[in-house]
Amino acid sequence: MIEQVAALGRRTTERVEAFGDFVCFNLRMLSWLPAGLARWRNLRLLMPQFFEIGARSVPVIAITGTFVGLVLAVQAMDQLANVGLQDRMGVLVNLSVIRELGPVLAGVMLAGRVGGGLTAELGTMNVTEQIDALRAMGADPIRYLVVPRFLACLLLTPLLTFYCDLMGMLGGWAVSVLVFNVPSEPYRYYSAQSIEMWDVFSGFVKSVAFGGAIGAIACYKGFTCRFGAEGVARASTEGFVAGFIVILILDFFIGLALKTFYEAFYGFRPLL
Amino acid sequence: MTPKAANETQVRACDDAVTSPIIELRHVSKRFGPLVVLDDVSIGFLPGQTTVVIGESGTGKSVLLKHIIGLLRPDSGEVWFRGRRVDQLNSKQWVAIRRHFGVLFQGAALFDSMTAVQNVAFPIEEHLSLPREQARQLALEKLRIVGLEAHADKKPAQLSGGQRKRVGLARAIALEPEVILYDEPTTGLDPVRADMINELILLLQRRFRVTSIVVTHDMASAYKIADRIVMLSGGRFIADGTPDEIRNSPDERVRRFVEGRADEEDLASLHTEMQQ
Repeated sequence: MIEQVAALGRRTTERVEAFGDFVCFNLRMLSWLPAGLARWRNLRLLMPQFFEIGARSVPVIAITGTFVGLVLAVQAMDQLANVGLQDRMGVLVNLSVIRELGPVLAGVMLAGRVGGGLTAELGTMNVTEQIDALRAMGADPIRYLVVPRFLACLLLTPLLTFYCDLMGMLGGWAVSVLVFNVPSEPYRYYSAQSIEMWDVFSGFVKSVAFGGAIGAIACYKGFTCRFGAEGVARASTEGFVAGFIVILILDFFIGLALKTFYEAFYGFRPLL
Repeated sequence: MTPKAANETQVRACDDAVTSPIIELRHVSKRFGPLVVLDDVSIGFLPGQTTVVIGESGTGKSVLLKHIIGLLRPDSGEVWFRGRRVDQLNSKQWVAIRRHFGVLFQGAALFDSMTAVQNVAFPIEEHLSLPREQARQLALEKLRIVGLEAHADKKPAQLSGGQRKRVGLARAIALEPEVILYDEPTTGLDPVRADMINELILLLQRRFRVTSIVVTHDMASAYKIADRIVMLSGGRFIADGTPDEIRNSPDERVRRFVEGRADEEDLASLHTEMQQ
């Protein structure tokens, strides 16, 4: 019994230490951010990351967004048609995509594709002493490796999320109008009536938070990964799982905060 | 002061400069969890001398190097470089100190995404405000010293193990440092390529008059390049002398290591297990 309590205490201490370590890591990264954005030498490091994290994610994001829109329209059509509201398909599909599914699914896909890749890349650099080599040559690895990757995640996740939203809306429109013969004009009209800038802003806030979380967690896991191929593999898995969970938690709290804020200032908004 | 006295003072100052260590570790201890890796270790490294640190695997040789370059902080004790205590410096203060060091890592630690010449140019671009083309020319010059100018535009994955180490060596001397640290420079190489690395270390020693600290368990290499050999065992130095003194050491642990003999107790238990 005492041993179990001791083990629990040890694990708790380890977790708290690891969290403190993560906070310190992020504070160091934040201290390098102004220099990372202001100097040309550092901006030069950003371009390859933009390509790797942004351009290479476009196909995955396009597929994710399109199929989310398609599936939403297929699932909702019968129910809305049953109560004679099929003209308002666009309200349901587009709002779901813009407010929730676009940011969350784009975030999850990026946590897998980008986060996993970043952790594996930095983890391999760690176990092959490349990070030590950077330090030994007087280059801060946080500035050189972490800041460009974090910035690329932070800046490009919102853009990729908008792209995911766009593809989702197109997918929903295609199924509703082309397959289920919902009239195109009412679909467009009700969608335009229901979607506000606030909804777009809400998705944007979430995607910025998700991008920052993906970059910070992936880089931290890479920097602290244990020796060997097993260490790198474990760090990548842990990085993805942690990123995924953090995205869901952030989604809930940001969603709650934004809803509270909106209702306090603008009141309740009926959609149907 | 008379001219003679002034002359004597100057001679003494010169002697001090020659004999005072450029790097010094004072009572350094380091542990990882329950494992004590360095136990109250004190040692000084003289300028211009090649010191080889030998010892069995896992005795803290690489940890010692990492303390010298500030990649690890001692749990207790002090590290000094050119009369300045450096173990308490923060990472930004270390940048200026590391300008004086070159490090050849065990696996060369070349950046996979860069070509050989970009790897060598990296410290030049980091520390000297030179145009890219000029940094590249300097890097090519260093690659020429290690005989790899023709492979300048290859990525590390396209180079052999020996070539990667030579590129790592070119990168270590890119800024013409005062001190070069070698972490097992010949490990994993065949004897011919290992000898090539030894010759390069000697060449750099003669050409740049650097202080070299070499961690190895390759005794052929140690005898060839060392001015002084020290042996780490159980977290402490158990031998310190010239190559000849180490070769003829009366200490059984040292002799067993340099002659490459297994421990008799270990052998006996191995035979017992085999018989069972």
